[in-house]
Amino acid sequence: MDPLTEAITVDLATQPVRALNAELHSPSSKAYEVLAPAGAHAVAAGIDSGISVDVRGHVGYYAAGMNDGGVVTIHGNAGTGVAENMMSGTVRVTGDASQSAGATAHGGLLVIDGSASMRCGISMKGVDIVVGGSVGPMSGFMAQAGRMVVCCDAGDGLGDSIYEARLYVRGAVGALGADCVEKPMRDEHRAELAELLAAAGLEHDVTEFRRYGSARRLYHFHSEQAGSY
Amino acid sequence: MCGIVGLHLRDPDLYPRLGRLMASMLDGVVERGPDSAGVAVYGDTRRVPEGHAAVSVLLPPDADPSGLGTQVTAAGDTTIIAAPIGVDDLVARVTTAFPTATVVGSGEDLAVYKGTGHPAALATTYDVAGASGWQALAHTRMATESAVTPEGCHPFSVGPDQCLVHNGSFSNHATIRRELEREGVRFDSENDSEVGARFVASRLAQGEDLEKALLALRETFDGFYTLLVTSAQGFAVVRDPIACKPAVIAETDAWVAMASEFRALTGLPGIDSARLYEPEPGKVYAWTR
Repeated sequence: MDPLTEAITVDLATQPVRALNAELHSPSSKAYEVLAPAGAHAVAAGIDSGISVDVRGHVGYYAAGMNDGGVVTIHGNAGTGVAENMMSGTVRVTGDASQSAGATAHGGLLVIDGSASMRCGISMKGVDIVVGGSVGPMSGFMAQAGRMVVCCDAGDGLGDSIYEARLYVRGAVGALGADCVEKPMRDEHRAELAELLAAAGLEHDVTEFRRYGSARRLYHFHSEQAGSY
Repeated sequence: MCGIVGLHLRDPDLYPRLGRLMASMLDGVVERGPDSAGVAVYGDTRRVPEGHAAVSVLLPPDADPSGLGTQVTAAGDTTIIAAPIGVDDLVARVTTAFPTATVVGSGEDLAVYKGTGHPAALATTYDVAGASGWQALAHTRMATESAVTPEGCHPFSVGPDQCLVHNGSFSNHATIRRELEREGVRFDSENDSEVGARFVASRLAQGEDLEKALLALRETFDGFYTLLVTSAQGFAVVRDPIACKPAVIAETDAWVAMASEFRALTGLPGIDSARLYEPEPGKVYAWTR
């Protein structure tokens, strides 16, 4: 059997996370299966090659953080900061994600089949995030670039102080954050939304979504706008 | 950062296992608060026999409490004194005998343990694993607002069979402390979380339930908090409206559990099929017996 294609199994009930991550940083295989994560932090963080990692169970903070090229699937829930600062690759969470999913991520695709809680995509810098369920309050806070798709609802404060990210929401949106406004859906937006949904493997009618983005009133601070914060 | 865990058992078959389950939960939040740890257990007849009241107390050095109750348990810095009399009478007996002692818990069903040091070592000192009962909570502390002392350790138990544990920091606690002091409330420590506990206790004393008291707390307190508050009736969870501090709740037909992080819940029976969710910001979640 080719050692590069044979999946290596790492059982976190008997191996520390450091040993797992050291192996993933100098991989001897293309594919890994991780068992018994039991809410551990930093599972599969710092991957910098195109390996695939399947994690069976719930993970703690910063799972698949800084991912650069890896294809990581978490078969369970993820704690705070899943795929934070991702550069490229794909991270999928089959359950729910906690706060700050995809925080500051520069690239790649983060898919959350369930819902994400508060501050999903905070300060996102180019990542694409697709959430099958809902996102909590303050999602897209200070989002700078990238796209976020929410197939159900978004909590209060969506897109507060947003820069150039584009947010697509299919369901209800709470109060919009400062300087975040609804914008018209043009053909180019429907096209990119369809691409994002297809990439995430989700089927929805793109005409059911609304688009939100920056009104660009807060790019430069003016004291008369202080009340907007 | 601090760690909170709490377990409210619905299935009486689990009562004998409460301590072992709590010990595994406490172990899951050690890294969040390595400087001290406190535990409260409801229904542990080893410490509070049927028909007894119990007072948990930090005694002055060299104090001999052996004559104060029919059952006296020393567990590190904390001593638990039980006697078949009323709660108020037992508190008066203990504080009369030792005026400099700090009462850290009292009630008809409650044992509270506080101390400084590594939480794993304290769990042994308290014999958490040997406890039985219907409800328990624990806190591991990383101190920010006041000194690392047994008095500053959570839980804060300032009303009969009540406990509060806090992850976060209140920013307007000094103002609320002064207001409560004007109403005659006395404090044992400089700790911001004690102000929260005194506030909740004063509301409960006015006849409010846990949910109402915590809604009032949300309107009054500024700062970061995830709180777990327990009483003889049950337990409640609330997070501040920005929800800076983590919390996860798990429920099955047999129990309700709350923890700062999921990893503290992994040892609970049936966790794989439990309903898992994060409490929404500013919303009060309450369960009664």
